[in-house]
Amino acid sequence: MWLPMLLLVPQLIIIAVFFYWPAWQAVQSSLYLEDPFGFGSTFVGVENYTDLAGSSEYMRIAWFTVIFTLLVTFLSLALALLLAVKADKVIRGAQTYRTLLMWVYAVAPPVAGFIGLIMFDQSWGPLTEFARSLGWDFKLGVNYFDTATAMVIVSVWKQVPVNFIFFLSGLQSIPRSVREAALIDNRSASGRFWDVTFPLLAPTAFFLLIINITYALFDTFGVVDTLVKGEPGNNPMTLVYKVYVDGFRGNDLGGSSAQSVILMVLVLALTIFQFRLVEKRIHYT
Amino acid sequence: MTEANAAALAAATVKPRRRRRRIRGGDVLDHLVLIVGSLFMLVPLLVVFQMTTVPDVEMIRTGPSLQIGDQLDENFDKAMFEASGFSGQNTGTRMLVNSFILGIGFALGKILIGMMAAYAIVYFRLRFATLAFWVIFTTLLLPLEVRILPSYEVVQKLGMLNTYQGLIIPLIASATATFFFRQFFRSVPEELVEAARIDGAGPVKFFVDILVPLSKTMIAAMFIIMFVFGWNQYLWPTMVTTEEDMFTLVRGIKQITQTLEGTNVPEFGRANLLALIAVLPPVAVVIFFQSWFVKGLTESDK
Repeated sequence: MWLPMLLLVPQLIIIAVFFYWPAWQAVQSSLYLEDPFGFGSTFVGVENYTDLAGSSEYMRIAWFTVIFTLLVTFLSLALALLLAVKADKVIRGAQTYRTLLMWVYAVAPPVAGFIGLIMFDQSWGPLTEFARSLGWDFKLGVNYFDTATAMVIVSVWKQVPVNFIFFLSGLQSIPRSVREAALIDNRSASGRFWDVTFPLLAPTAFFLLIINITYALFDTFGVVDTLVKGEPGNNPMTLVYKVYVDGFRGNDLGGSSAQSVILMVLVLALTIFQFRLVEKRIHYT
Repeated sequence: MTEANAAALAAATVKPRRRRRRIRGGDVLDHLVLIVGSLFMLVPLLVVFQMTTVPDVEMIRTGPSLQIGDQLDENFDKAMFEASGFSGQNTGTRMLVNSFILGIGFALGKILIGMMAAYAIVYFRLRFATLAFWVIFTTLLLPLEVRILPSYEVVQKLGMLNTYQGLIIPLIASATATFFFRQFFRSVPEELVEAARIDGAGPVKFFVDILVPLSKTMIAAMFIIMFVFGWNQYLWPTMVTTEEDMFTLVRGIKQITQTLEGTNVPEFGRANLLALIAVLPPVAVVIFFQSWFVKGLTESDK
């Protein structure tokens, strides 16, 4: 009887100390207004939350996060699906393409951001020059829209490989017999894709949808942090980055905690949604 | 040559050619898409690489070009052995070592406590097994990003700032690893457990001598995923390591970027080389252990 307890204890202690306790602390301090000099705190109830709801800056960041998430999710899914379908089809060089298309998975987001800084360098960045040749005076870190564009591009670059791997493995698990049947029934390749392949991939796509939304919300922290070059000022940022900026730089503990709690609720909603889909997925397969 | 012969010959040569061309038409398009996609992924890294081979002064003037210079050795020495920070301890070598410690410690930690918990949940008739399962499950609801500040405070109170244990331990609770091994343990045939019991193997012996060897492939797959994941950690190291000799490469990237902003001659050679070194080990792991990696990824996340 003591053995299983012993086996479980390390994991449970870590969860208690580094997950539950901090989460509880966040909920608690979101209800207090911390004195900036650390002399104490006053209970203010939900004031931190109403402040956020009334803050035009917070709302602007929330909207940016929504648009950013939609763009990153849609673009990286679409690109990855296209590439996976092609990689599944070709015979020659299939292995090489697969490797070339998945290695970026291992690049850390801040390093991806760093590479973005190089590509979008103000004076000679290849992508800046490309934008200029189209008559677009690209100014990373200065112009809000340009910085946002760079963030989307870098985040998509970083996310395509994950989606590619899952789509490809999804495509390869479609039984040969189904493909052959489709080949007989439907002559056009695009018709075959939309009528047979795509519905069979739908469970994978739904699953990836959640993965991508989570990625765009949370894991892009490193990309945002490097691309704003440490000067968030006028630049676009995501909600997660805002938690960090307010908590660590602005020392607004209450406000930052309230933002954390809002994000917790968001994750909860996403997870419930995901599990609903998993149930559907079982029905599919 | 008669006319009929010529016609037959023409037909014989034309027919297969036409068929081959038709196949090629679609094929060319497929390859074109894949080549453009591969370039989209690859070119940024090539640009970064090119910049490590030319002197910084030239870089500022012309930017990246197609020419490979001869400065790679020099930049490599500078990046790996010359310190860039204030303390003089922020060398590339130091950061590389820290990155490996984090990557390996993170992966081994997750696998170890994940396997232990999964073993307890699957093989023992515990009353609170379901509860433990759900407790572990809830970690998915609390990603680091939503509890940044309080987690930092806990580690601070425990005096674990700027230590390897502070860097690694708070990160190794893992629903993913636990579920992954739970799934696998469940697929181990019941007969094996009974056979072991008849042979007089206790639960510890069964775990060490039977279950662990059986899980080898699973462990390898999980290790690769988790090594890459641990190596690439950014937010947590950014908060808990403030001393430069504790920086990992990925954590150090921000300092690297800042050297590009402030100094008179931005050190692109050094910065880009460090970025390259930060990328190479996890990329190598993904490429060399591709099949395990894909297996670990697609089977653990579902």
